[in-house]
Amino acid sequence: MSTTRTILICSGKGGVGKTTTTANLGIALARLGARTVVLDADFGLRNLDLLLGLENRIVFTAQEVLAETCRLEQALVKHKQEPNLALLPAGNPRMLEWLTPKDMKAIVSLLEEQFDYVLIDCPAGIEDGFKNAAAAAREAVVVTTPEVAAVRDADRVIGLLNTQGVTPVQLVLNRVRPKMMSIQEMLSVDDVTDILALPLLGLVFEDEQVIVSTNRGEPLTLGESGSPAAKAYNNIARRLQGEDIPLMDPSEARNGFRARVRQLMQTRLF
Amino acid sequence: MTVKDFIDKLLGRQISSASTAKQRLQLVLAHDRSDLNPELLAQMRREILEVVARYVEIDVEEGDVSLETEDRMTALVANLPIRRSIQQTPEGGTL
Repeated sequence: MSTTRTILICSGKGGVGKTTTTANLGIALARLGARTVVLDADFGLRNLDLLLGLENRIVFTAQEVLAETCRLEQALVKHKQEPNLALLPAGNPRMLEWLTPKDMKAIVSLLEEQFDYVLIDCPAGIEDGFKNAAAAAREAVVVTTPEVAAVRDADRVIGLLNTQGVTPVQLVLNRVRPKMMSIQEMLSVDDVTDILALPLLGLVFEDEQVIVSTNRGEPLTLGESGSPAAKAYNNIARRLQGEDIPLMDPSEARNGFRARVRQLMQTRLF
Repeated sequence: MTVKDFIDKLLGRQISSASTAKQRLQLVLAHDRSDLNPELLAQMRREILEVVARYVEIDVEEGDVSLETEDRMTALVANLPIRRSIQQTPEGGTL
């Protein structure tokens, strides 16, 4: 029985940070010494290669491995700076309809032979792309943002994961804006965890450095950057490893004069 | 947030958008999870009231049938104030 953790990273809604989360967690886990592979199951619109800076190094994909036109080692793209991390694209955008749940299970079981973590970057939506990506998942991380559409779609995905028996399913709350939370103009962390009833694996604050790092193709967790998102992703990786790391508190992250004045006015008046 | 919005909020004239968001989500998720649209729910409500009204006299105006959700469990909650019971014979006729 393999001890590999095969984790689906999914969200339902697009654009909430699945691929960014997969890339940063992959690097962070690899840096903690875990042999990690990130599998891009969103091959129609694949982007994980781009966020990892590996877009020019893809020769083969999982499809060629299953068709036995190449060996798994040839298809795995090793990260230069972080050799514990490898990328495997499920396919290329030209092959639209090849991946089935059976293919997914076959490729994942090959990966489980040589990796500690298999992170599967799931496509948006809850149709076939999701079902294929989820077929081999043992556990899942649902990424959402504190916005109504993202939370609603996350709820649908959690329902599907529950019926598939994927467990545990944990939550990453992305793009948190502490200032907006403090004036109750953004769903709070408790609001989201109450509604979705999932354990919180991590909070990631809105951070402009994420955009800079994707421009460069170098995930934030690769450097020693102390940016809030880098810290958050490193913390999530350590929690996955079983370390007990306290969650960040959005109310402590607030700074700036105006926020403090607002806070003061609210405590006096209410 | 404009100054006017801020003052409105301080004076309690406007509820925060976060609590509006939470309420709207709770309602829409109760419907999503049960796969019942508001029209079907209204029909079910009517039919439940009809059945209950055969046995007890209920206050239709005060009655409420709604979906409530807690910890991913959705429950159908009916709150139907009873005016008095209607005594029935085993054959089903009213005494």
